[in-house]
Amino acid sequence: MSLVEASPPSRTPPRSVRPPFWRDVRVVRVVLQVVFVVAVVALIAYLYNNLVSNLEARGIRTDFGHLDQPAGFQIQGSDFRASQTVREAIQVGLGNTISVAGVGIVLTTILGVIVGVASLSSNWLVRKGANLFVESLRNLPPLLVILFTYFAVILPLPRIQEPLDWGFVIITNRAIAVTAPSVDDGSGLFLVAVLVGLVVGAVVWRWRTRRNETTGEPHRRVMWSLAALAAVVVPAWALMGRPLGVDQPDVVGLQLDGGWTMSAGYAAVLLALVIYTASYIAEIVRGSIQAVHRGQNEAAEALALSSFQRLRFVVLPQAFRIAVPPIGNQYLNLTKNSALAWAIGFAEVTTVTFISIGNGAPAVQSVILLLFIYLALSLLISFFTNIANRRLQVIER
Amino acid sequence: MIPSTEAAIPEPTEDVRLSPPVHEVGPVEWARLNLFSSWFNTVLTVVFGILFSWLAYRAARFVVVTAEWEIVRRNLTNFMVGRFDRTQLWRPWVAAGVLALTGGVVAGAMGRVSAELAAQQDRTQPKVTLAGYIQRFWPLIIMVLFVLSMTRTIWPTILTALVLAVGLAGRRVGTALPPAARRLTWLYAVVGLIVAVQVLVAFGGVGWGGWGGVHINVFVTVVGIVLAFPLGMLLALGRRSSLPVVRWVSVAYIEFFRGVPLLALLLVAQFVVQFFLPPTIAAPSFLMRALIVIVLFESAYIAEIVRGGLQSIGRGQIEAAQALGMSPWATTRRIVLPQALRAVIPAMVGQFISLFQDTSLLYVLGFFELLAVGQNVTSQTDFVGQGLQAVTLPFVAFIFWAISYSMSRESRRLETRLGIGVR
Repeated sequence: MSLVEASPPSRTPPRSVRPPFWRDVRVVRVVLQVVFVVAVVALIAYLYNNLVSNLEARGIRTDFGHLDQPAGFQIQGSDFRASQTVREAIQVGLGNTISVAGVGIVLTTILGVIVGVASLSSNWLVRKGANLFVESLRNLPPLLVILFTYFAVILPLPRIQEPLDWGFVIITNRAIAVTAPSVDDGSGLFLVAVLVGLVVGAVVWRWRTRRNETTGEPHRRVMWSLAALAAVVVPAWALMGRPLGVDQPDVVGLQLDGGWTMSAGYAAVLLALVIYTASYIAEIVRGSIQAVHRGQNEAAEALALSSFQRLRFVVLPQAFRIAVPPIGNQYLNLTKNSALAWAIGFAEVTTVTFISIGNGAPAVQSVILLLFIYLALSLLISFFTNIANRRLQVIER
Repeated sequence: MIPSTEAAIPEPTEDVRLSPPVHEVGPVEWARLNLFSSWFNTVLTVVFGILFSWLAYRAARFVVVTAEWEIVRRNLTNFMVGRFDRTQLWRPWVAAGVLALTGGVVAGAMGRVSAELAAQQDRTQPKVTLAGYIQRFWPLIIMVLFVLSMTRTIWPTILTALVLAVGLAGRRVGTALPPAARRLTWLYAVVGLIVAVQVLVAFGGVGWGGWGGVHINVFVTVVGIVLAFPLGMLLALGRRSSLPVVRWVSVAYIEFFRGVPLLALLLVAQFVVQFFLPPTIAAPSFLMRALIVIVLFESAYIAEIVRGGLQSIGRGQIEAAQALGMSPWATTRRIVLPQALRAVIPAMVGQFISLFQDTSLLYVLGFFELLAVGQNVTSQTDFVGQGLQAVTLPFVAFIFWAISYSMSRESRRLETRLGIGVR
């Protein structure tokens, strides 16, 4: 304060301390960004101009009208007809991609966690076996794994004339069918009953959680909720005349009928992607478990928890917090790697795009559409991973 | 007289500190501890023991008895160099010699540097022995021996031994280099690479279009990483830039290329890239287009790796540089990047492996690379329709596996040597 008062009040304003504008950080920053934007926009405009003039010079159309034209090709393993539009063909392909990715993500997580935990087993043989699995698959190209499962695992299976029939599952080298729940008429009402059962189960789950938090008695949420679900669903099932049965697969002529059938290509891609991605997930799980402080395990041991309880209630919950972002990355990789199914002709979205280009669809638009489909899938998966990540993080004080 | 208290304390005559007793574990006790410690473990051991024995038996039977290696034996040259002009085969051998010499010089110089560093810090470094080499590179050694066992003449074995000898000689030279010459290691690597490519191409050699086999996988990987690295570094710096526009553009680029499969991008290379070029320029060759796309794709991944390295640099480093009056550019160039790049070496090796595996995608686009050879030779007239993919694919897989696994082991070794992740 005194310093300010001591300085004599000056009539003339002090000379500007701002440096010359070409050395002023504020000016330089703005100028740099403007230059950068101009450069990027110029590059994109240049490329776009080239694209349009090249396409016009060759008389190729630049709109997406081809999507509504008849496709002119069939898709193996689906009832898609050649007279349907390209749009519908791509929808069929996208459905296959999502199906492989969705089922694959579930299965690969299960397998990956098992192998990851096994690679830390106290049993030498189990540990080495898990390491062998991880180190052999991680160092192979996924494309090779897909080709191998198709040509050396699925195709040598018995032909459909002499199928491997175990009742609940039929295995042939043309298709593999698994028993599935069948849906009859009146199942709409039954679905409502299932929904009610799920809601009741959720309410019971919350009640048990509260109970556990207030009184400390064991919550046994899983058992209670399942019982509540069954209490609603089973009587409804009986009352509505058993609308939900079991659909056993069957060999009809040279095809499999009933159940949940997957084609040879689907089975090969699924198997390859599941074991390949599981080797990465196993490494992530192993690393995350090792990243949990050893004291946690020792404290749980001191509290006399069994080795399963230590893993289930102490180590794994903390390990998964570390593992969620990298595992989300692996889900992304699995989805992107499903494009490699092209090599064995399985009709997922890349294959369909390629076939449609071969049948006269304009290449540029088709490929751009394909890129955006994959971008959308990737963003969707990142979105869910981020939600899971945020919910699992410890709120730090 | 005051008695001296010092005399009362007895001097320790000998070192009484004892090291803890070493508990020797015999084989029986080891088995009890590691295989049969509980009834559950015993069950696991028995079940997996039977399973693994059966698998090992099947694998050994496959390699020695059932597999018909004739198809590999007859196509070995195809597997190595594809359709490379058979009258020019001396070129790949000379190129391999040049690369071995370069690798030897670089390895020798780097080994000398790290040995001197260790001497400065009073660390002892394990001596390089033959057993140590075998332990480090056994997958590669087995692969080379296996491939050589498939040859029909003695020449490949002699030439391989020669290449190896050249490499060892290069290592001698590298170790003996004076410090001033050692600083140019990176230059030797670049020159060696260029000379090796020239040996293949120049003076009536074979252009890219005629390359194939494992040779093209390695080439695309090396060129892809080398070209993608500067771009990736710029993108990583851009993503951490304080200028918002630069940051947004970098993020958009990185997230776009990380969000789409390489295969879809290779479709772009096949169908779209030439449309983006002005009509005056002739469409580049297909391999060139594929390389452009691979470089763009890889640079996004390298950017994320380098960003991880940049984030591992403490703020104090930058603040100290600013306190010394260093410009932002000098801070980045002299303080941040050297530390960040050292920290990302193992992750870069990982990316190198991943690109090496991704080069198998070139098969889908009709290149005659290793995997394509494995698929195509099964339709030769002598071998068609016998399901010989069951032989060629494991062979191809073995080559991919041996190279990738050796590199990942080396990267793990580097990680411990560089002390990354150790605080």
